[in-house]
Amino acid sequence: MNLDEVDSKIENWEPKIIAFLCNWCSYAGADLAGISRIQYPPNVRVIRVPCSGRVDPFFIIKSLQAGADGVLVSGCHPGDCHYLTGNYFARRRFTILKNILEYIGIEEGRVNFSWVSAAEGEKFATVIKEVTESVKALGPAKRLIKRFNYRKL
Amino acid sequence: MEIVERIREEARKALEEKKVELIIGFEEGSLPLRTTPAFIKSIDAVERLIWNATCENNLANYLLRLKIKGKVGIVAKGCDARSIINAIKERQIERDMVFIIGVPCTGMVDRKGIKERFDEAEILEAIEVNGQIKVKGERFEGSFNISDFLYDSCKTCTQKTPSLYDVIVGDEVKEREDVDEFREIREFEKKSPDERWAYFTREIESCIRCYACRNVCPLCYCKECFIDQSRPQWFGRSIDESDRMIFHIIRVFHTAGRCVDCGACERACPMGIDLRKLTKKVEKDVVELYNYKAGIDLETVPPLATYKEDDPQEFIK
Ligand code: SF4
Ligand code: SF4
Ligand code: SF4
Ligand code: FES
Repeated sequence: MNLDEVDSKIENWEPKIIAFLCNWCSYAGADLAGISRIQYPPNVRVIRVPCSGRVDPFFIIKSLQAGADGVLVSGCHPGDCHYLTGNYFARRRFTILKNILEYIGIEEGRVNFSWVSAAEGEKFATVIKEVTESVKALGPAKRLIKRFNYRKL
Repeated sequence: MEIVERIREEARKALEEKKVELIIGFEEGSLPLRTTPAFIKSIDAVERLIWNATCENNLANYLLRLKIKGKVGIVAKGCDARSIINAIKERQIERDMVFIIGVPCTGMVDRKGIKERFDEAEILEAIEVNGQIKVKGERFEGSFNISDFLYDSCKTCTQKTPSLYDVIVGDEVKEREDVDEFREIREFEKKSPDERWAYFTREIESCIRCYACRNVCPLCYCKECFIDQSRPQWFGRSIDESDRMIFHIIRVFHTAGRCVDCGACERACPMGIDLRKLTKKVEKDVVELYNYKAGIDLETVPPLATYKEDDPQEFIK
């Protein structure tokens, strides 16, 4: 059975999205969204990182290979990084990586980036909604997934 | 004086004056249209050095992998010199530990193209004279212009004269300003994501993961490559499509702002995989986004080691 056949059999498919959130801003933003009881889709699995600069391209690609349907990386707004410049350097790396991924044929919208501050609970919820919707529209990820080992249905 | 004579003269001088312990250059290979890297330590051996349109290896690679303490001399074309600049910038070698014999280059011949031209018949002899190569096989003879059979990377090269050298042998070559080196990439970008995915999966399907592309590249000097790491083992070494693809994604990511389009990786690949489609794309992005070309000078900070507050970020929500 190949992936296409498998996927056509999954009813009510819901995307799995891995979100790498910077501890100082976006993670706190997610917290605020929670405390404020703002509703957002439950499709994200959050991984807390110390800074968006900590997000190695490996993390993103490994997520995709392990079967994530979407990835989100979120950090502090430019100028607000707790380590001053972590997100500036990260931004260049993300730009290059995103371009490579889309160039080889990974659909635009699988890998997403955002800046969300600790005060932006609303924005966090909006980002999650947007990302979830775009990933839903793309359907289950099929590219870069390891055929064996990972995909547990 | 011919270039080869001048290379030998400079090499001889450098060895005589004990300026260097070793000269890295090219010598005759065992097959026609082939040269091989030469490691010259004694003055007598200087005569082995040659120069022609098949000196295609990027010698900077050896500079990084040699375990020699003293100063090393190296014969460098435009792209080799760019790789040496990279290595100095990345603190892999010190400027005053390398003696660069710069050779303005007019391009290297693509052996595969020549073979095709002669219907894959075996070439037994090849002689280069005045921009032409005469070849002989068992049942044929022919000649061709070198400029008609250049490697793709040589066709679009914009730094034929070394950008860094201690001595230069031969006259500067006029750099071309009319080449559009990213045209092919722009064309390819116009295809749909599905078509591009299909193209790369097809290309990479034949990758046997020999890592020749990595081993030949003067950027890939890591003591332990990510693909060899075992604790943690980030990515598999299998020939699963995703494992193969990921090796190439990350390798090409690691060339960002560093690749000099010497073409060594593609030439080294025993499966003829179109690696330049990847490296050239990243090169293009770096030029367009950060206005940076690798290996042009010693001063400009590499693009991923710096930032600007107003770097493009339209894609970030
Ligand atoms: S990636 Fe290929 S073309 Fe670029 S520097 Fe390395 S060997 Fe040369
Ligand atoms: S592919 Fe990356 S990790 Fe491996 S040797 Fe090259 S630069 Fe280093
Ligand atoms: S040289 Fe070719 S076959 Fe070998 S690992 Fe590189 S792309 Fe694959
Ligand atoms: S600390 Fe949040 S991006 Fe650096």
